[in-house]
Amino acid sequence: MKLFEFEAKSLAQNLGIPVPKGAVASNGEEARDAYKRIGGDVVVKAQVLVAGRGKAGGIKFASTSDETRERTNEILGLSIKGERAKKVLIEQKLSTKRELYVSIVQDRANRCQTVLASGQGGIDIEQVARETPERVVRHRLDQIFGMRSFDARDVALRLGYTGQQLNMLTDILSNLYRLSVVYDAELVESNPLVETQDGKFVAADLRVIMDDNSLFRHPEFQERSKEVSGEVTPLEAKARERDLAFVELDGNVGIIGNGAGLVMATIDLVKHFGGNPANFCDVGGGANADHVAAALDVIQSSEKVQLVFINILAGITRCDEVAKGIVEVKKVVGLKKPLVIRMSGTNQEEGRAILKSAGLGSLDKMDEAAKMAATGGL
Amino acid sequence: MPILISRRTRAIVAGITGNQGSFHTKLMLAYGTQIAAGVTPGKGGATVQGVPTYDTVAAALEKTDANASIIFVPAPHAKESTMEAIDSGLNPVVVITEGIPARDAMIMVAYARERNVVIVGPNTPGVITPGESKLGIMPGDVFSPGNVGLASRSGTLTYEISQSLTHAGIGQSTCLGIGGDPFTGLNFVDVLKLFREDDSTKSVVLIGEIGGSAEEDAARYIKDTGYEKPVVAYVAGRAAPPGKRMGHAGAIITGSEGTAAAKIESLASAGVKVAEVPSELPNLLRGRTAPLQV
Repeated sequence: MKLFEFEAKSLAQNLGIPVPKGAVASNGEEARDAYKRIGGDVVVKAQVLVAGRGKAGGIKFASTSDETRERTNEILGLSIKGERAKKVLIEQKLSTKRELYVSIVQDRANRCQTVLASGQGGIDIEQVARETPERVVRHRLDQIFGMRSFDARDVALRLGYTGQQLNMLTDILSNLYRLSVVYDAELVESNPLVETQDGKFVAADLRVIMDDNSLFRHPEFQERSKEVSGEVTPLEAKARERDLAFVELDGNVGIIGNGAGLVMATIDLVKHFGGNPANFCDVGGGANADHVAAALDVIQSSEKVQLVFINILAGITRCDEVAKGIVEVKKVVGLKKPLVIRMSGTNQEEGRAILKSAGLGSLDKMDEAAKMAATGGL
Repeated sequence: MPILISRRTRAIVAGITGNQGSFHTKLMLAYGTQIAAGVTPGKGGATVQGVPTYDTVAAALEKTDANASIIFVPAPHAKESTMEAIDSGLNPVVVITEGIPARDAMIMVAYARERNVVIVGPNTPGVITPGESKLGIMPGDVFSPGNVGLASRSGTLTYEISQSLTHAGIGQSTCLGIGGDPFTGLNFVDVLKLFREDDSTKSVVLIGEIGGSAEEDAARYIKDTGYEKPVVAYVAGRAAPPGKRMGHAGAIITGSEGTAAAKIESLASAGVKVAEVPSELPNLLRGRTAPLQV
C-alpha cells in the first residue's frame, strides 16, 4: 500500500525525521489559510500515488496566499497519469545546497534490506545506477540485527560528510530505517533529501510503500487500505471487493484459473494461439464454488469481454465445487458470455456431470481449451 | 537417496489443529508420509488424525524422533513457528503459509542460513518425493516415481506439468515449490546444487515466472559451473504487464526487471531448452522438439 507524501511525512516527523514546514489543503481556500501559517516562498504539491507528478504539472511554486490558492486550484483540476489529486501539500521552499537520494529497499537478490544512497538526488536513481554506478552507495543490512549506527555512519561517510553533519545524517538514516521497521515498509525513499544552505538535512520528498501482507499488524491503516488509487481500474476495484487476485488486461477473452502460475500460463497460451486475454484472475489454489461464481460474475460484467475461459486444474480444489459455482451463476444471473471450460483433476467426473445437467460442456486438455478460447469458442 | 525428504523423513506439523493443518495431515498420512507429532500452543495432549499434539517443538522432541517440519500456522504467527522449528534443528522446514510479511520472511531466511537449515517456501505447495513421502498440499496422484527433478515458483502449474510428465510416462525424483513470495529460503540455484549431487535425478525441470531474478541466477549457475544434467524450463507470464502483481506477491515486473523475455533469454543462453507452452516439456525432456500437437 502506497502512502501519500503527506501521510509518510507525518509518520516520519513523529520519528524525529526533519521534514519541511507544511500543511495539507483540499481546496483553494484551505490553501490560502495554509499559506498564512507558512509564509515566504512555498511549493504546492499534488498528493497522488502515481510517480512522475512533477513532469505532469503537479508541482508548482507560489509566494503569496492568492498565488497559493490559484496554483492549488490548477493542480486539483489536473489528471496526473489518470489520477486526480484530492489534496495538495503546501510546504516551505527550502534553500538547497545539495540534493541527496536515500532509500531503504527490500532487496530480493540479496534477501535483505539494502540502503541505497547517492549525492545525485532529485533525479531518476535507476538511471544514475545504470549510467554512473560509482555514484550510488549500496549498503546491505544484516537482517537479524537490522541497521546499526555504524551501518548508517558508513553510508553518511561515503556520501562525503564529516563532523557534525556526519552525525546528523547518521541519525536521519537510522530513523528512516526505524520508519521501515515500524511500518513494515517495502520502500522508504527520500528523493531528494536536501542539504540546506545552513548545513542541515531535510526530507523534501518522502515515499513509503507498506507491505500489504503486514497490514494485520497495522489496524490503524485498515480503512485507509480500502481507498482505491488511480492505478486501479473500476473492474479491478470490483474484483478486489470480492477478494479476487485480478489484473485487467486489454483483450477480450476473460480468464479464470486457480493458482497464479497456472493463470499466467493460461494467459500466455491463449495469446500463443492468437487470442487476446482481457484479464488475470486467480480464484486461488483451494477455490470453492463461491470464488468461482464471484470471478465469473465480475468478468462477465465487463463489456469488452466476449468469451470467458475457465481453466481449473483441481488438486485441493474439487471439480464438482467449481461446476456448482458456474451453474449457480447460470441460475441466478444467467450466463452473459459464451464459456470455454477446462476442468481436470479431483472429482472430474462429478464436475462434468453437474455441468452437463446444466447444458454445459467441458474439456480435459489445457492446450485444446486454450485454442478454442483463442479462436472464439469455435 | 532423494533430496530433502524420503521415506525416512519424520515430520512435525506446526498448526496441526487448524483446518488446513488437520486436513493435509490426513492426506500426507494417506500418501505414506511419517508424521511424528503435531504442535499447537495450548492444545498439547490432543490427538489429531491419530497424531499426538504438543505445546512446543521441544516437548514433541522429548517424546518423538522427528527430523523435519511443515508449517501451516497463519501468517501473523508463522515466523515464530518457523524460528522454533529452525531452533530445534528440524530440517527441512517447509513453510506452506501464504501472506507472511516480507520482513518476517527475510528474518526467517537469514536465521535458517545461519543454522544451516533449509527452508522451503514460504507460500509453497511443499515437497514431494513420489512414492516415498510428501510434505505439502499437492495432490499426490499427479506425481509418479522416476528420475526427473522439478522445482517451481507456482503450485497448480506444478501439478499441471507433473501430470503431463506422468501421463507421458516420465516419473519424478523430487518435486518442490520454492514459493511464490519475493523472499524464499531455497531458491533455484540451491535446488540445482542438490539435484546435481543426487544420483536419483538425471534431468531437471525449472518452472519460473515473472519477477525477481531466480531464473537469471539459475542460468548463470548452470553456465558458470558447466551443469552436467540436462535442464529444461518453462517461464510463465510472457503477456504480463509491468508494475502489476500477478497473484503471487513475488510475481511483479518492476521497471524493466523480471520480465519473462529476459528470463527465457538468459536460460536459453545457458543451454537450457525453454518450452513455448507447458505441454512441450515432456518432449523437451526426451530430447525431442516435436511440434505441438493440438
